[in-house]
Amino acid sequence: MTCAPVPYRVVRARTETADTVSLTVAPAGPSGLPPFAPGQFAMVHAFGAGEIPLSTSCIDGPELTHTVRAVGAVSAALCRLRTGDRVGMRGPFGTGWEVDRAVGGDLLVVAGGIGLAPLLPVVDAARAAPHAYGRLNLLVGARAPADLLHAHRLCTWATSPGPPHCLVTVDRPAPGWRGRVGVVTSLLNGARFDPGNTTAFVCGPEVMIRALARDLVHRGLPPHRVRVSLERTMHCGTGHCGHCQLGGVLLCRDGPVTGWDRAAPLLSVREL
Amino acid sequence: MTGSRTTAVLDRDGLDALVGTLRALGRTVVGPTVRDGAVVLAELSSADELPFGWGTRVEAGRYRLEPRADGAAFAHTTGPHSWKAFLHPQRERLWSADRTADGGLSYTEEDAPQPSYAFLGVRACDLRAIAIQDRVLTGGRYEDRGYRERRTGAFLVAAECTEPGGTCFCASMGSGPAAEAGFDLALTELLDADGHRFVVRTGSDAGEDVLARLPHRAADPRADTAAARDAVAGARERMGRAMPPVDLQALMGASLEAERWDDVAARCLTCGNCTMVCPTCFCTTTEEVTDLTGDHAERWQRWDSCFDLDFTHLPGGPVRASARSRYRQWLTHKLSTWYEQFGSSGCVGCGRCITWCPVAIDITEEAAALHDELADRLRRQERTEQER
Amino acid sequence: MTSTTTLAAALPAEHRARLLEAAHEVSFPVGSRLFEEGRHADRFWIVRSGTVTLDLHIPGRRAAVIESLGHGELVGWSWHFPPYVWQLGAEATSPVRAWEFDARTVRAMCADDAEFGRAVAVWVGRVVAHRLHSARIRLLDLYAPYGSGSRR
Repeated sequence: MTCAPVPYRVVRARTETADTVSLTVAPAGPSGLPPFAPGQFAMVHAFGAGEIPLSTSCIDGPELTHTVRAVGAVSAALCRLRTGDRVGMRGPFGTGWEVDRAVGGDLLVVAGGIGLAPLLPVVDAARAAPHAYGRLNLLVGARAPADLLHAHRLCTWATSPGPPHCLVTVDRPAPGWRGRVGVVTSLLNGARFDPGNTTAFVCGPEVMIRALARDLVHRGLPPHRVRVSLERTMHCGTGHCGHCQLGGVLLCRDGPVTGWDRAAPLLSVREL
Repeated sequence: MTGSRTTAVLDRDGLDALVGTLRALGRTVVGPTVRDGAVVLAELSSADELPFGWGTRVEAGRYRLEPRADGAAFAHTTGPHSWKAFLHPQRERLWSADRTADGGLSYTEEDAPQPSYAFLGVRACDLRAIAIQDRVLTGGRYEDRGYRERRTGAFLVAAECTEPGGTCFCASMGSGPAAEAGFDLALTELLDADGHRFVVRTGSDAGEDVLARLPHRAADPRADTAAARDAVAGARERMGRAMPPVDLQALMGASLEAERWDDVAARCLTCGNCTMVCPTCFCTTTEEVTDLTGDHAERWQRWDSCFDLDFTHLPGGPVRASARSRYRQWLTHKLSTWYEQFGSSGCVGCGRCITWCPVAIDITEEAAALHDELADRLRRQERTEQER
Repeated sequence: MTSTTTLAAALPAEHRARLLEAAHEVSFPVGSRLFEEGRHADRFWIVRSGTVTLDLHIPGRRAAVIESLGHGELVGWSWHFPPYVWQLGAEATSPVRAWEFDARTVRAMCADDAEFGRAVAVWVGRVVAHRLHSARIRLLDLYAPYGSGSRR
């Protein structure tokens, strides 16, 4: 038995792409949940549909933004919500990105697809404390230009000197696309970082994470400085339901963010 | 736990009084009783319902009740039930959600009063299993409040084993057959020239308090206390099975790609029986239940099994699609990754998973086979290196 | 397979210096074509700045962009393998500055010095392997809603 959710009100529902919505929610009552750190997640309840884990794409005081892609019954229900609707929230759960452990070095934020959402608070945190960090790189891969999340912010960043130094690539360009075409690992050649003093934050499809982390280690980043966010089924968020096991790691408790030193041997075993 | 600890002797009347006293204290007394051809755990209204005169004969994939002429109450081995059915029930409501008149949403945490249990006849392996579930469900950053309330209110009467079963291997897991800690009272049943009696040790102040209310006599150090110790020591020698005496955590860690998984996967039906009867398996899933008005929803938790395909469902499909990977998950979790997650083994050697497996898969045999395969692999590696 | 296929990362210093002796600087304004599919592959380039896209002409459609290449990357590898014919087209999508190499000259250098030739072959092989791997990954359509594009 776990604590019941806290009611939150949808403040804004912004359509990002054909199947993705950014929901900004605020406590419906006098008090909300404890503060979220970048990379932590909430269990979000859609009334009558169920509950799913969602990381935050923006943390603004008590207001939290979740970028949701409609892939199942609950996420589809959340994507249908309008301003003023209610959701239930539990959390914060899990390890965060621990951006402050990267102080003094270069930052490499690498996102694939919907994986950009949980990384945006890292960019926000680094931009809010520009003197604490070295160079801030944001490398983004997406399927097609129409699938780019937060396209307006990305466009602004990609066409300005930064920070962040923002590079965007797509698998399938549309007519008029002037940006890069190719896999996200190819963007590493254009990133500005000193491999010996860089922390990478990586989120995206697991195949992308594996390829990118191996590439970064090859380029000289210590594996523990490659922080990756992993996905498995979750029902509780509190370490009790057992679904999110990846070997000895309980992703809701010891993750979802973990170092590549710990993730690499686990992701190399099929169906673990 | 403070205060002195007492060893005493109860007779049949004393056992009757124990059930009666616990009930009079407002407790729901749960213990072993014969039902549907097995010794199951159920609420007892009197000690008469204990399985007096019943023993069990168990083997891999086989369980039979056998009448005993001696009238023993605790000569049976573990049955299909374990205490988790009471402490961590199969279905439990977590919270309810209601739409309010103003368009809002209100959540109500489940706070129904939890039963005050007394468990009678908890085996040493099951005491260990309860301690393990305590760590899983209440030992971390978040606690399962319902479990904690039921658990802290529960009074545990252990029954040490003097008649181990054919699938028992608690001795090799270091969890039995003697009850060493975690009980309020511990009974050892004796049937000898001095009669049918129960040597009782107290393990807590609550146990002392209950014992004081029962008709009992002081234990004779030789005829009672030493005899009880000998009976339990005898059980240790007659375990039906043993886990190979190796570092199981390291063995499983080194065996993730073993060929043995294909062998066991060819037999395993992925039915999940082992996870249902296991006293430490704790995994659950959740369901959303709504009523016809559409204004009331409930969140329920129910037992789940890592053998279920949906257990690892992601939008693209299950992560562990093969039987091989699901059996491997169960065994490596139980014997190895449990240490990383919760600081101990997840196996207590109760033997239930062996007894209740419809195709007689034996966890000790699988561990031994994995050990042999690893030893063989290391020998071959060594030979190859020497040849270089 | 890693993306460290840039000249600086993939070719040892002494061979790199030798190769660059054979280079001359060129620049391309936006929209200029470096080469066309089916033509003789007599040159290749290493991008110093700007972006070159590889494309494929499909009748009735705009040219399909296959991949874009930036700083340090090799543009063109068909010059290395007979029959020396371009498989794709290439266009500067931003002002490009590049090192240009004459294919016949470099192939002759490779033939004269086996060690240099092997180093160049390994570099080109790495580039080709990386682009093959990238193409395979993109075939999986990993960013699609269900990961691999089809539900099991």
